[in-house]
Amino acid sequence: MATLSETKLPETKPETVLSNDEILRYSRHLIMPEVGMEGQLKLKAAKVLCIGAGGLGSPLALYLTAAGVGTLGIVDFDVVDYTNLQRQIIHSTADVGRKKLDSAADKLKAINPFINLRTFDTKLTSANALDLFREFDMVADGTDNFPTRYLVNDACVLTGKPNVYGSIFRFEGQASVFATENGPCYRCLYPEPPPPGLVPSCAEGGVLGILPGLVGVIQATEAIKLILGQGDPLIGRLLLVDALGMKFRELKLRKNPECPACGTHRTITKLIDYDQFCGIRGVEAAPATGGGLSEISVEELKKKLDNKEDIFVLDVREPHEYQICNINGYLIPLGDLPKRVGELDSSREIVAHCKMGGRSAKAVAFLQQAGFTKVHNLTGGITAWAERVDPKMPKY
Amino acid sequence: MKPRGRGILACIFAPYHSIFIDMPQIQIPSPLRQYSGKQASVDVPGNTVGEALAGLVSQHPELKRHLYTDDGKLRAFVNVYVNDEDMRYLQKEATALKDGDTISIVPSIAGGC
Repeated sequence: MATLSETKLPETKPETVLSNDEILRYSRHLIMPEVGMEGQLKLKAAKVLCIGAGGLGSPLALYLTAAGVGTLGIVDFDVVDYTNLQRQIIHSTADVGRKKLDSAADKLKAINPFINLRTFDTKLTSANALDLFREFDMVADGTDNFPTRYLVNDACVLTGKPNVYGSIFRFEGQASVFATENGPCYRCLYPEPPPPGLVPSCAEGGVLGILPGLVGVIQATEAIKLILGQGDPLIGRLLLVDALGMKFRELKLRKNPECPACGTHRTITKLIDYDQFCGIRGVEAAPATGGGLSEISVEELKKKLDNKEDIFVLDVREPHEYQICNINGYLIPLGDLPKRVGELDSSREIVAHCKMGGRSAKAVAFLQQAGFTKVHNLTGGITAWAERVDPKMPKY
Repeated sequence: MKPRGRGILACIFAPYHSIFIDMPQIQIPSPLRQYSGKQASVDVPGNTVGEALAGLVSQHPELKRHLYTDDGKLRAFVNVYVNDEDMRYLQKEATALKDGDTISIVPSIAGGC
């Protein structure tokens, strides 16, 4: 395990002092020997860049701000929507429709007017990451996709900034500190991303609302420890959090000498195209619909159903999704389709749907291979139906 | 499978060894549980990590595509740990298992939103 002395820590500027108001505000830190005046001045001198003001970014930014991290940067280009509020505690109901940066800035300034907040209304890209990272001491990665994860890692390695890492899925999380001088980086752990579609995102798979709170606070804790130079950082260790079992496990991480980013023979000497690296073509990683897939719009389906045409609607979502909303489709979850295909009549016209159209495209491809000829995919899924046919239907 | 280190009882009851021997337990991460009959852990026989993983995918064939590439190699975004040690730094799939060992499959997850 790497020790703290190997980690690059921000230099405390000798001219930094605390005002009387700040001394009062940070008194519970100042009376602890592990922080004290020296530590609080280190926090004030520190510059931390948060990537994302979402689930992980919310607790990260709130606690780093409250703790008195002098300069906090946030990169985000998203807008607050209702589905964020179950976990992104920096935003409130009144913020729906606002830029996440504006919403976050209001809360953070209200918590601590003494910090210097720097907001970057942009997507983190290979073109801007290095310049951005150079202005900070460390980066806290709260992004939600593989291309940005690899981009953050490589940019941290190239600029020599520690990457305080956290990621979540459903009720499990991972946290570590990557890219310190002698510690492993994210690529040492995972040399390659999964192929698109194999690992579901939070939007597809769901996430327990408290989980980003747990993991984001672990990230904030690690960032503050790195700044203070106290304790044992998660360098060379991967912390696994299982909120359902409430188990915390720790795995050993090693610096891979053959790592293309931080190994002895590095091949990544500049940032690359991370969408291409992760196998994503274009901006939207649309589900592979294949050439021969027949699509039908929600308006066409509505018309056919209204005309009492013989249409068999197949819903390939999960039962708990069916409970949220449905269009009286016959429910066979995609995973059960191979063993339940016998329940379907191949002579009838079948329209398959899911939430957005991705899983049903797979179902249609499967049914076509199984010999079904009159099977169509409902473009945009039940979400498109709720938007364009039945506005009273809930969206999720 | 040979019974491992359980003395005479295990030899006598060798045909029923699975009753007497702690089989290695494989921890299934939540993204993959939909392919393991929703089980969080699966007990499978095996003297090595490779044997245990082969046992796992034979019990749950749907897991195979998620753990292995078409040419049978373990996928690069799936890490396998024996207790707290990455098998890449042990003897990989040939790593021998002891009674009570826990194998963890730790795939990369990216969520943060």
